[in-house]
Amino acid sequence: MTFGLACCGVEMMHSYMSRYDLDRYGVIPRGSPRQSDVMIVAGTLTNKMEPALRKVYDQMPEPRWVVSMGSCANGGGYYLYFYSAVRGCDRIVSVYIYVPGCPPTAEALVYGILQLQKKIRRQNIYKS
Amino acid sequence: MIKELKSLFSEGKITDKKKYFEIIINKENIFQTIKNLKENQNLFFNQLIDITAVDYPSNSLRFEIIYILLSMVLNKRVIVKTFLGESEGIESITTIHNSANWYERECYDLFGIKFLNHPDLRRIMTDYNFEGHPLRKDFPLTGHTEVRYDDLEKKVIYEPVRLTQEYRNFDYMSPWEGIPNSLAGDDKASEDNDE
Repeated sequence: MTFGLACCGVEMMHSYMSRYDLDRYGVIPRGSPRQSDVMIVAGTLTNKMEPALRKVYDQMPEPRWVVSMGSCANGGGYYLYFYSAVRGCDRIVSVYIYVPGCPPTAEALVYGILQLQKKIRRQNIYKS
Repeated sequence: MIKELKSLFSEGKITDKKKYFEIIINKENIFQTIKNLKENQNLFFNQLIDITAVDYPSNSLRFEIIYILLSMVLNKRVIVKTFLGESEGIESITTIHNSANWYERECYDLFGIKFLNHPDLRRIMTDYNFEGHPLRKDFPLTGHTEVRYDDLEKKVIYEPVRLTQEYRNFDYMSPWEGIPNSLAGDDKASEDNDE
């Protein structure tokens, strides 16, 4: 699930494009939460957007993961003291991977996704 | 062209700012002024670029409202300014320029300026059930509420703001803050020092 909200969304698009080509890692962008396993929150989450984010997260089938991309989504970042921004998207959803940077480069996101794949490979989600 | 404007508005103060003309008028005349500027065949200021406002809390007439108009025929811009007190309203110009609808809603949302006879004066940008007008100078930067997903209630809830770290102001120019801001190649900072 792509959740591009700001400039990080553009970096996320770069990582899908031909240079880094996330498709070859089996990461395919989906527009619908029903078809998604991972949500990448890319950009500042505002107070007005946040019910939509939670709704989309709730619509994703289990098992599901969230990648928080950029300092705004990680913990407020530049908008930490701002009246209309959520201080980190982990206030709304549970985040598995944090990708730092403002915005993170496309390589950083690819690295974060590879770390997530490693993390998923390590755990047996069907057992418990 | 300035003569044309002066003949049209005897009551307003008109200045030529080289790139644009500035007209300062009373708020009662704003509707007629915008209408005249649009309908006068020699001026033809028929495009509304923006409506915006500035908050000066120390002034008795607190808000300055700015209308930016463009004449595609003459390739000239006009900025119409007027001043408004906190409890006063101003005539909406949606019947002249339809695009003013959302600009006026924006002004209402961020400054709390009442536009009289506006067809649909609601908030446009801020959150649903938002309180206050954020671009007013007396609105705190952090606002009054923050949001969080509550696992027990299974919904997003609003709480009063609780900051884990105080707001920090990095004022390097102040003698009390210590080191001066001497970044290499920062010409703008050194210009400020010279003054």
